[in-house]
Formats: sequence, C-alpha cells, structure tokens
Amino acid sequence: MALLTKDEAQALLKKVLSYSKADECEVNLTGTNTGNIRYARNSVSTSGGISTYTLVVQSAYGKKLGTATINEFDDASLEKVVRRSEELAQLAPENPEYVSVLGPQKYAEPITYVPATAAITPKMRADAVAQSLQVAKETKTVAAGFMEDTTTVNVMMNSKGLFAYNTSTGVNFSITMRTEDGKGSGYATRGYNDITKLDAKKASQIAADKGVKSATARAIEPGKYTVILEPAAAAVLMENIFFGLDARQADEGRSFLSTTGGKTRLGEKLVDERVNIYSDPLNPDLPTSTWAADGRPQEKVSWIEKGVVKNLTFSRYWAEKKGVKAVPPPAGVIMEGGTKSVEELIKGTKKGILVTRLWYIRPVDPQTLLLTGLTRDGTFYIENGEIKYPIKNFRFNESPVIMLNNLEELGKVERTVSVESNTNYLLPPMKIRDFTFSSLSDAV
Amino acid sequence: MYLTGMGTTAAMLSAIPGMGRAIAPERALETVDVALKKQLADVALNAARSKGATYTDVRIGRYLNQFIITREDKVQNIVNTESYGLGVRVVAQGGWGFAATDKLDKDSIAKAAELAVAIAKENSRLLSEPVQLAPQKGYGEVSWKAPIEKNAFEVPIKEKVDLLLGVNDAAMKGGANYINSFLFMVNEQKYFASTDGSYIDQDIHRIWPTFFITKIDATSGKFETRNALSAPMGMGYEYLYARPQDKIQGVTTLYKGRYDMLEDAKAGAQQAGEKLKAKSVEPGKYDLILDPSHLWLTIHESTGHPTELDRVLGYEANFAGTSFLTLDKWQSKKFNYGSKLVNVVADKTQVGSLGAVGYDDEGVKCGQWDVIKDGTLVNYQAIRDQAHILGLPASQGCCYADNWSSVQFQRMANISLQAGKEKKSIDDLIKGVEKGIYIIGDGSFSIDQQRYNFQFGGQLYYEIKNGKIVGALKDVAYQSNTQEFWNSCTAIADQSDYRLGGSFFDGKGQPMQVSAVSHGSATTRFNGVNVINTSRNIG
Repeated sequence: MALLTKDEAQALLKKVLSYSKADECEVNLTGTNTGNIRYARNSVSTSGGISTYTLVVQSAYGKKLGTATINEFDDASLEKVVRRSEELAQLAPENPEYVSVLGPQKYAEPITYVPATAAITPKMRADAVAQSLQVAKETKTVAAGFMEDTTTVNVMMNSKGLFAYNTSTGVNFSITMRTEDGKGSGYATRGYNDITKLDAKKASQIAADKGVKSATARAIEPGKYTVILEPAAAAVLMENIFFGLDARQADEGRSFLSTTGGKTRLGEKLVDERVNIYSDPLNPDLPTSTWAADGRPQEKVSWIEKGVVKNLTFSRYWAEKKGVKAVPPPAGVIMEGGTKSVEELIKGTKKGILVTRLWYIRPVDPQTLLLTGLTRDGTFYIENGEIKYPIKNFRFNESPVIMLNNLEELGKVERTVSVESNTNYLLPPMKIRDFTFSSLSDAV
Repeated sequence: MYLTGMGTTAAMLSAIPGMGRAIAPERALETVDVALKKQLADVALNAARSKGATYTDVRIGRYLNQFIITREDKVQNIVNTESYGLGVRVVAQGGWGFAATDKLDKDSIAKAAELAVAIAKENSRLLSEPVQLAPQKGYGEVSWKAPIEKNAFEVPIKEKVDLLLGVNDAAMKGGANYINSFLFMVNEQKYFASTDGSYIDQDIHRIWPTFFITKIDATSGKFETRNALSAPMGMGYEYLYARPQDKIQGVTTLYKGRYDMLEDAKAGAQQAGEKLKAKSVEPGKYDLILDPSHLWLTIHESTGHPTELDRVLGYEANFAGTSFLTLDKWQSKKFNYGSKLVNVVADKTQVGSLGAVGYDDEGVKCGQWDVIKDGTLVNYQAIRDQAHILGLPASQGCCYADNWSSVQFQRMANISLQAGKEKKSIDDLIKGVEKGIYIIGDGSFSIDQQRYNFQFGGQLYYEIKNGKIVGALKDVAYQSNTQEFWNSCTAIADQSDYRLGGSFFDGKGQPMQVSAVSHGSATTRFNGVNVINTSRNIG
C-alpha cells in the first residue's frame, strides 16, 4: 500500500475539517504497513502482514470533548465521522484539564523515512531468516528469532491551522541461539530505520557464539559485583528513568524524582557527573518524528547533564498550571558514552560479570525506582581482564538511580532495542560497581 | 511470558490489542447477523482451498471495549472502541500462512485468503517438518454465550461514572492523597469457521473495576500505594452488585465472585496510611499465608506458564522463554512438582472465569483436565498442531488470538489450585503459624525465562507471631524456586474460601498478543519461604 504524500494528506484533512461545526476540531491520520516473520526450532512458525489507515477526529465544545474514528475515506464517511465526534462531545462531561488545540507550529524536516525499508518483501524477510538458520546449522545451535518491519505515515491538522506530516520506517530483529542440549543460550538484537544496515547473519553469529560459550555455566554466590552491562541489558533498566520523567508525578510527590513538601529533584544532582542523557529527533543514528502526538515540536532536549536533572516532561495542562514550557516526552533517548568497546571494558576489569541481556524487569518500589529481574542468554565471569567462564543466571534487585551513582566507566554508544518496550535507544555499555544480585536461577 | 505493566492509563490502553475505532456507546449493543458471517467465512474458505490450502480456518471478530478513566473528582476519559475484521489461517505445502483484512467485501476477503496461502508457500522452504493437525470433527452451526446477568455495555455511562467518582470521593475522604480509578469492559463477538465443517458463533464478556490509591507523608516525602482487591472477571456488570454472602470478613474484607468497590476504596485509603507507619520487614525465612487475591499471580507464573507446551518445545525461546518442565519430566510420570496437597486443574469452562469459552480459536470444544495431580506433573496445555507430540487424540482447546488481525496460537487455560479436601478456614491456617506473614493482593512480580526463580510482592502484609496477626508490615517480597516453593505447601483452606484472581493482560508471542486468564485457589500456606526487604535510599 502506497503511503499518502504530504499534498494528498493535506488535501484530505482540509476536507475533513471543512465539515466541522464544533468550537475546535483536530484530525489525526495514521497509515501503517507492517510485516513480520517468526521462527523457532530452526523453522518458520508464523509470518504475516497487515496494512491499515485510521482517521481520528476530535471535536470540542468548550471543555467537552468527543472522539470518533473511521477507516473509510469517501466524502460521506468523512462527514459522518466529524458529526459522530461532535455528537459524542455534546454528550460528554466537561474535562477541566482540557487545553485548547495548538496553533501553527514550525517543525524541522524529519529524517525518519528510508525507501529501502518501505520496499521490503516477504521474500526478503524469508531470506534473512534463511541466513540465520544457516548459522544455526553451522554452529549446531537451535535458532528462534523475530523480524518486524514497519512503514508509517502520521498526519495532523486542526481548526487553528496546525499541520504536521511525518513518514517513518523501522525494522527490529532479535535472535536467540540455544545449544542442542539446552545448556547454553545466546542473544542479539538490532534496530534500524534503514533495513540495509541489518546484518541478520552477523547478529545470528554473535548469538550463536554466546550460546555455545555459555554452556556448562558454573554457579557463583549471589552478592554485589562489578558488572558490564551490554547496551541491550542497560536499556531495560535505563528506560525506567526515561519513562519516569513526568513533572506532574514528581510535583505530586509520587515519583523517584519527588522530595519533600511538593518539591522535586529538578536541578539537583541525581547520578554520577559523567551521565549525560538527551534526546534529539535529528540524530542520524536514532532519528524520530520532529513533532509529538499532540502537535508540539520535538526539539533537542537535555534530560540529565553532568548528573543533574535538567528537564522534566510536562503535559500542556500541567505546564500551563505551573507557568513553564510544555516539554513533551522524548521519542528517542540518547546517553553519551566513551570510546571503549565491550571487549576493552572487559580488559580493564579485574573481577566482574558480563551481562548480555536482562529479563522480566518489574518495579518493586516506585519511590526508589528499585527494579527486579534476571540475567539471561549469556552471563560470564571476568577475571584479570578476560572472560573466564560462563556463570549461572542471577536475579537482581537494583535501582538504575543507585546504579548510575556506582558508575565505573562508559563504553562506546550503539543503537539497541529494549526487549521490554520494543523501543530503540542509543546507549553505551556500562561498567557498574556493587550491582546487587540477590539469588541464583537455574534457567538457561 | 509476562503480564504487561499496568502503571498508567496509557499503558493500560496501549495493552489492548487492535484498539480499533471509537464508537458511540449504543453501537456496542448492535450485533452482526450470523448468516452474513457464514457467507463471508465461506468466501475465505473457498478462496484458500482453490489456491491449494489443505486446511483453512476463518475468524470474524468484533471486539468491543469500553474504558472509563477517572482521578479524584475528574473523569479523564471515556473511550468506546470497536474493531471488526476477518483473519484467515491456512496450511499450504505443509506450513502455516495467515492474513487479515478489515474490508469485508468478497473481493478483499478472497485476496486475504490468497495472501495467506502465498505466505505459507513462501515459508514452506524454511520448514523442518510439515504441520500435523490433531483430528477435529466439524460441529456444524453452533453457538455459545457467556452466562452473564447484566451486559455492562447496557448500563448507562452515567451510572458507571457515578460509581467511580463515588469511589474516589470515599478514598479522598478517607485520607488518600490521590486515587486513579478505572472500569474496563470487553465484549468479544467471535465467529469461527473451518474446512472441518464448523461454524461457531460466540459471545464473551469481561469486566475489570480497579483503582490505585496513593498516600504521602508530607514530612518525610515517603509514599505508599494500595491497589484494589478486585479481580478481572468473565462476568457482566453484576460483578459490581456485591451481596453480604460474597464477602469474607477478616483483617480486611475479601471478595468472592462479586465486588464492593466503594467498601474496598474506603479500606484502601485507611490501609495506605497504615502502610506508611508499618514496620519494615526483617529479612529471613517465614511461613507465608497467601490469599487468593495474591496467589493467583504466583500460580500464573510458576504453574500456568511452565506447563504451556509451546514454551516446553521452544517456540517462545526468543521472547517469553522456554520451560523447566521438559518432556522427560512428564514422561517419567513421577516428577515431583509440589507436595501431595498440590492439585492443579486446567479448565476452559469455569463459570465467571476470564478464559471460559465454548470453543477455542481453532474450533475445539473446551473442557478441563488435570495438570498437577497429588503433586506430580501429569499434563500440559496443547493445541491442534502439538497434540501428536503428547500422543493426545485431540487438542486440549488452548488456542486463542487477541484480535481478528492476530494469528491464533497456544495460550494459557484457566489454571487453578484446587481447594483443600479437609475443612479449614483462613483462621485455621494462621493459627498454626509461629513466625509468618499473611499476604493479600498482588504486587511486584518477576520470574525467569524457564520459570524456576521468582520474586513476588503484594498489597497488604501482616506479621503473624505464635498463631496471631500482630501488626502490619511493609517492604516485603519473597523469592523462591518453583519446585521448592510448591513442595513447601503444607495447608490449603477448603472450597468455601475458593476464589478467582486473574489478568486481562497476559502477554506472549511476537508480535506480542495479550490474553485474559483466571486462576482460582483458596488461601494457602507455604513453609519457610525466603523473604527480602525491598527498602532502599536514593538520597
């Protein structure tokens, strides 16, 4: 399915708005093509594709809102969906927190769309899987993996003259390679906007290598250890900070960023001064939309600078109440790193543990952002700068805030994917001291 | 795999598959004509057959959701959605193919069926063995309806809004600083047809009222939360019409089959305050008395998931994980999963449960079977293309897709711990404990990818000393190993205490799908479990 061009989208949404009789009207159009292929036991299990277009119309009378949606695009349907949203608005209770829609905004030109990704075919997906299965055959491992590609157009227009248009592409690939006896398991994950950057074979080789080397793991005592978290392992911990930047939660006293008496940690040093976290929609390695879902421009924003909390995210309502700039939540988050590879970080480690992946991360205490979860798919003991042997998996109880105060060193940034949220980040591998492992797991 | 996070409104809404389009509330009361659905299904069956499919099934689904979302004295959102479309799954050249469409004209349906066949053929080169389906007879034209008393979609929105705002008001008057409350209602109108000759029309209802209360100590800046003790249920609005016989009185009121949301919110506000002042737990070994409002989640993670056959076989290795309950353990017929008291049953027919249906999503009539018998592993949960691996003559009916646009696969049946055979009350269980903790409500949860090592928290913790509850505790979580934990089970209350808990959002698969599932139990005792203290300081 071809995506609507900017001119086509603008004409369509103008027509929709022309039917509006409400005080305010805002229209969102999303078109998506997705395709996926899944495999396990060295064989394809499921695969499919779906294309959808959805038009959402929101009408407002004062602070009364109604929303209606449709996936048919003839004139009668377009008028019907506008009328339906208006009827719902008139029936709705007032929303005292409703903020009037935005007027025209200026957005930077996005760099999120790659034609090669949009042109992917079922055969190309099957070919990528075939490469992965070949690696499994050569290494006598059992492959289970998943590849999903998405091409999306998002368009927004409202009765105050705002117009926003963005197209984007993305592909996520993940692969687990287990030894035939089930005693070893390795993992790799990759995410890109550009499909041509995906090397399924190389990722499969890394996973197979870890799988083979992680077999016959030894048990070592739980406790506090220096760890090297690969970016995929760091992502699932770090994103709990990224998701927790909401100013209202902090102001209300129910966040790890709250202090006493309605105050927050904004402007305070929270973590080690080498920690710098920001978002930038125009970063070529992690491009994202240049506007947020409610039409606010996405700009380069520093969240943590030299360990100090520099910005929190605000809904437009909360920003208005507080008299501050309404900074939207970031779409892609970047943490600065150093120059060393994971191998170089290992070389500089006297005693420690290399963690490939962390799993089933859940909050234990929102006040301290204490999280629990387990290592998985490749955990190794390091001694005198070398990997000595694979070790059994651990459960951890650790807060990413405490972890970033125990920072030893950051490695070279790379793009990675969170297995929990499926979100892409640019993160460095990180060496952390006193990471708390609380019990052993027999899981492979 | 795991339950998706439930911390925020956005997360809850985004966890609903194929949210679909927003509709007027009254539209949910309309239904689609069965004769029309049969015509549409036949178009897909015939198109797939003509392109070379050796088996085809078609699901036409109309998925209705209503969410009412409030905080304190405000209605934040009322959302009505409908998702309607058709999914077609085929076997061609020995492999599976799937395609879906929301355009229900004959041409679009035929094209979807053809695409499913084309995908099956494209992928057949990457198969190690062809699909083997367990035999399944066609049932002809049949139907099944959930036995609800009051369709929640018929209840005026004002009544639901008034309930939630009343709940919020009670909590705020009771000292809460904040409360978020929610009412989720689901109606799945599902039609299934297959080349086996089944045309099955089903009507399924689910409801979940819940809230999160926060209480803050302004001086210290510490806060505590207390979530609702409700359960999501396979019921209509009658779940919210609580009667005296549905309540179990004790240290707090517990609910059986019906729920008094207002009463629970009042108690919740008070208990959130008590949690702030409660004693921080001393880590160590404790005997645990686990309420069904808590234990359902431990059953789900440590019994439900490891007995899913797709995990055992490795189909979830890249995401949800595999299972420690390998086939050799089942084949031995003597794998000691738990103590002799532990009897676990899979049941797709349990009235009021989230997983109850007449037929699963590949046209298999549902039933119940033993999974753990007197502490020994005796069976798994399987679907048609797995039954031959266990030597079963037929599928166990565990196939489910969360939307017409999702491909169906093996999902968890309701998996429940059977009540004790001897007459025993909650008090009887507590009386025998010297040093223990009584845990009510579900909290933090995490388990490894083969289901050995887990950690769970709760909502309310009470210290037991010498057979008596002596006060509230906080910062409690227990860690154990599945086999060790279930072998430490020493007492289960009787059937009069049996209650259901469950989840709307059990997640598995790639792309991830959610399913709703219930887990029943009576209050149960586990001896000598490792308890950790979860308090930390971040400055």
